[in-house]
Amino acid sequence: MTPSRAAFAAILAKDLRAELRTLQSLPAMALFAVTAFVIFRFGLDRTSLSGSLASGVLWATLLFAALLGINRLFVAEREEGGFDAIRLAPIDRGALFAAKAAALLVFLVALELVVVPVFAIFFLDSAAALGPLALVLVLADLGLAATGTLISSMAVHSRARDLLGPLVLLPLVVPLMIAATGASEPLLALHGPGYHRFGTWLAVLSLYDLVFLLVGWAVFDFLLED
Amino acid sequence: METIESNAPALRLTGLRRDYGERPALDGVGLALGRGETLLVLGPNGAGKTTLLRILATLLRPSGGEATVLGCSLPDEAWRLRGRIGYLGHEPLLYRDLSGRENLRFQARLHGIAQRAGEERIEELLRATGMRRRADERVAELSAGMRQRLSICRCVLHEPELLLLDEPDSNLDAEGRELARTLIGPAPGRTRVVVTHDPERHLPEADQVLRLGVGEAAMVS
Repeated sequence: MTPSRAAFAAILAKDLRAELRTLQSLPAMALFAVTAFVIFRFGLDRTSLSGSLASGVLWATLLFAALLGINRLFVAEREEGGFDAIRLAPIDRGALFAAKAAALLVFLVALELVVVPVFAIFFLDSAAALGPLALVLVLADLGLAATGTLISSMAVHSRARDLLGPLVLLPLVVPLMIAATGASEPLLALHGPGYHRFGTWLAVLSLYDLVFLLVGWAVFDFLLED
Repeated sequence: METIESNAPALRLTGLRRDYGERPALDGVGLALGRGETLLVLGPNGAGKTTLLRILATLLRPSGGEATVLGCSLPDEAWRLRGRIGYLGHEPLLYRDLSGRENLRFQARLHGIAQRAGEERIEELLRATGMRRRADERVAELSAGMRQRLSICRCVLHEPELLLLDEPDSNLDAEGRELARTLIGPAPGRTRVVVTHDPERHLPEADQVLRLGVGEAAMVS
């Protein structure tokens, strides 16, 4: 049996190399997010947002941008036979789940490194919230990576994967989005970041991450069966 | 710790069945194949040849019957079999956006081959298949025949005990077929299951022949 760490590193490195070479996911995700911010800016006719509205605009945009990456996560595995190649290797299938979730996490963090500053330029009066917001982003990204990997691995076998993935995923991430917007709202308050119930929302985000990472690890083997 | 019977036959199938919904794709296949032997699988399209190979490769669960491969009972002990089988299917199982060499390195890492040994093995295989010059090109830019050569490298990279070959000559030119023969052709101690539509070429090297028919009983000779 190949050690899980070696298999994890091999699959993650392969995915990142393929994305760097083809740029099939990240540019589309970033373009979507920036376009959405432009539409919000002119649609709402506001040069500054705060509180729940700012939080809603940020998370709705990030969630739908993330869907583009999630939909493509297993396409190479399905279309190029990667699932079979990995299933033939003496590896723990959990390593595939972990590597795919890690790849998605890297995509989401890279996306946010580009688009959150754009959000701040478009809508925020100061950058003071960005520090604590980074913690919320990372925790929400972990949850999105876990659920996205799980659902994407199921949806990729369906012809209607572009429809099926979001249909199953969106209800599942509602608690995650409630916690993420709840944690972000006081940070993006009009008069500078506040921390009302911030710790509670972070705990909810962490719990969600833990549950879906464990569920993904536990059931992924069955999802790969014929 | 349990040990795998080293003197067990390479394959022992009894009443092996696989259904796709209501339709039986494979019905009642039974045979025993010794180590170092070659089994030739013949039959028309839709007879279940690829299905049989995918079951033996642990990629598909049987619907009924018994299958023991290299001493491991399927599907319960499939995990003990992975890494001991070389599978060459219809798809090359190579990532199009990676080069041939990168694909082989990826496979070597999945199979737990140490880096230096892996590099040496990859060089040896690329040389054996005449793919050294084109190994750093993206797979998407290679012809079907070259992909098949790389796929053969992938199939034998980890020095498997059992080769499962589905139309191994497909897309290969005469030179490619000859080069491939050294890696996946008959050789002492090499156990092979070969699915083919070209029995004339492969019959002389077969120890047993399994004929599958659509809606007919499987016959072993």
